[in-house]
Amino acid sequence: MPAPAHLPEQMPVPVPERRSFLGLLLAAAGGLVSATLAIPLMRFATFPLRVPSEEASWSDVGKIDEFLSLAEPVARTIDVKKIDGWRSSVVQNGVYIVPTGSGNFKVLSSVCPHLGCAVRWIGKRDKFICPCHGGTFTNIGVHISGPPLRAMDELESKVENGILKVRFQYFRQLVAKKEPVG
Amino acid sequence: MPDPEHPLSQENQRPISGWMKWLDRRTDIHSLLNEALDEPIPGGARWAYVFGSGLLYLFLSQVITGVFLTLYYVPSSDHAHTTVSYISKVVSSGLFLRSIHAYGATAIIILLFLHISQTLLYGSYKGRRELLWLSGCFLLALMLGMAFTGYLLPWDQKAYFATAVGTNIISEVPLIGEPLQQLLRGGPQMGTLTLSRFFVLHVFVLPGMLIAFIAMHVFLFRKAGAAGPFKEDPVYPKLPTQKFYPRQLVMDMVASLLIVLALALVAYFVPVHLGPEANTSDTSYIPRPEWYYLPIFQWLKVVSGRWSLFGGILLPGLLALLFAAIPFLDRGRERRPWKRPVVVAGFAIFVACYAGLGAISYRDDRTDQNVAAQLTRQKQAEIDYMRQPFQIQSQPSNPVPVALVTADPLIAKGTAIFAEQPCGGCHGDRGEGTTEAPALIGIGQKYSSNQLAFLLHHRTPQMIKGGMPPVDLNQADTDALVAYLRSLK
Repeated sequence: MPAPAHLPEQMPVPVPERRSFLGLLLAAAGGLVSATLAIPLMRFATFPLRVPSEEASWSDVGKIDEFLSLAEPVARTIDVKKIDGWRSSVVQNGVYIVPTGSGNFKVLSSVCPHLGCAVRWIGKRDKFICPCHGGTFTNIGVHISGPPLRAMDELESKVENGILKVRFQYFRQLVAKKEPVG
Repeated sequence: MPDPEHPLSQENQRPISGWMKWLDRRTDIHSLLNEALDEPIPGGARWAYVFGSGLLYLFLSQVITGVFLTLYYVPSSDHAHTTVSYISKVVSSGLFLRSIHAYGATAIIILLFLHISQTLLYGSYKGRRELLWLSGCFLLALMLGMAFTGYLLPWDQKAYFATAVGTNIISEVPLIGEPLQQLLRGGPQMGTLTLSRFFVLHVFVLPGMLIAFIAMHVFLFRKAGAAGPFKEDPVYPKLPTQKFYPRQLVMDMVASLLIVLALALVAYFVPVHLGPEANTSDTSYIPRPEWYYLPIFQWLKVVSGRWSLFGGILLPGLLALLFAAIPFLDRGRERRPWKRPVVVAGFAIFVACYAGLGAISYRDDRTDQNVAAQLTRQKQAEIDYMRQPFQIQSQPSNPVPVALVTADPLIAKGTAIFAEQPCGGCHGDRGEGTTEAPALIGIGQKYSSNQLAFLLHHRTPQMIKGGMPPVDLNQADTDALVAYLRSLK
């Protein structure tokens, strides 16, 4: 049978200052523990912001022979592998293979540098036209008129075992300088 | 001396600072705080009373860690296991938080046991506290439901097969067993619909009910007042009281801190395992529930066959009813445990039987060579799986190609015409439709080539009203455009 309310150490009758000091101490201790527990929570929630952005991957465009004697730009659809959190997804993007004379060519992204619509090759007019806001580019992607602030974006390309490969990237829109995003 | 004061006395009001005054005038927070902190405890603060606060604290911890885990978790049979694996192996602090959440469930079960034992031993359910007790019984059932539904979510072998067995038991219920089981599973078999249902129960339904019943439980507790030690009268307390703040609050906080510390240490040094993904065709897997359900599992083995209805359904139901009815049956004002042998001994016998069943189950699994070997294999498979690096899940590529290139020259020509004309501005670049104009995809099923060509040159009033400009094309171009339109599927 425990004695009534006699705890090992007797509490003096609490005076207001003492009680509020204790309250402060309690709040401080509670705050400290909460803050410590908040660290793993914050690290957990902000994890995606710290994942280093992956190197853009190389995609196959097609056999190189197809593109050696082009008379005008041709469109190709490429599969781009992307790491998307816990899955890898394949998205399809359009590129243009553009002859630059004497059997050379370059690969342009079909994404308009203005606001990201898909630019079309209009053979009849010998120019690229963006259907959204009427931006136009020459047959090698140089900006002619309309809202875009720069030429169509060229993509890195290489040839391996007779296959033309391209590194698809997105570039910042609405700026004059070509800079990759993400 | 603990300050002997009347519960309602307004002495010892804490001094009120400037900003507090500002807040107080708008919220009355000061008297709310006083109300919360000056709860009188007959006979003073004790360590025996910390379990309720500890449970509340653990529940909050489960809510917070649960919400954070949901940042990455996807409740579908295709992705659940991958996402839990991603949380465990890739996301910073992921394994730690998942372990805190999983061990937190165990900690809640342990604390529930301590909280109930303390209440029974002290006779704290007496003295107009029946509803308080009943709300506690609901909370116990809800918490057991949380443990059961959360177990399936990782969708590994252990989760899948333990839940398959658990939901099989439900079909034993007379008359409504089958439909009840199908309702819970979302069909006759376990599958992705089961996972969705369990997720909804675990994340929305049960937590919502828990919060409501916790509020009710706390309200009824404050209404009845703290019961105090077991020599205190349950209805008219006589002992000198001590306020909840500071001593009891300090004890509660210290206890909660110790719980958190223990959880964090265990979660850090012995993180929970995730096993290989559920393989529904695996016939060799031996499911074993979590330790606190193990005795029930063993009991169902004992009462199988013709005793299953009585032993599996009726007896547990009767025991649960008896447990809920304790404050209605034991009505005297006597609270000392040695004067209440029926309730105290009954509870003790139940606990002893429950623990005994668990021990028997454990022993049986160890002595049966085949089972022991299989369980060891399963454990090893979990350890191996945890050692493997995270396997990224590859998605099949999007089967709908970008419509930049087409084989048919007529359609290709039509595509170019569609692009040259301002069609895409309203109908969408690929005829998918915008807010300005309807989609053209599938229009080939509605109109023949001739009808389409006619419509292009002779707009209906509705088309004119919608802002469609006249189309000025020669026959060849019209044919090409119509071919393109009919190719949009």
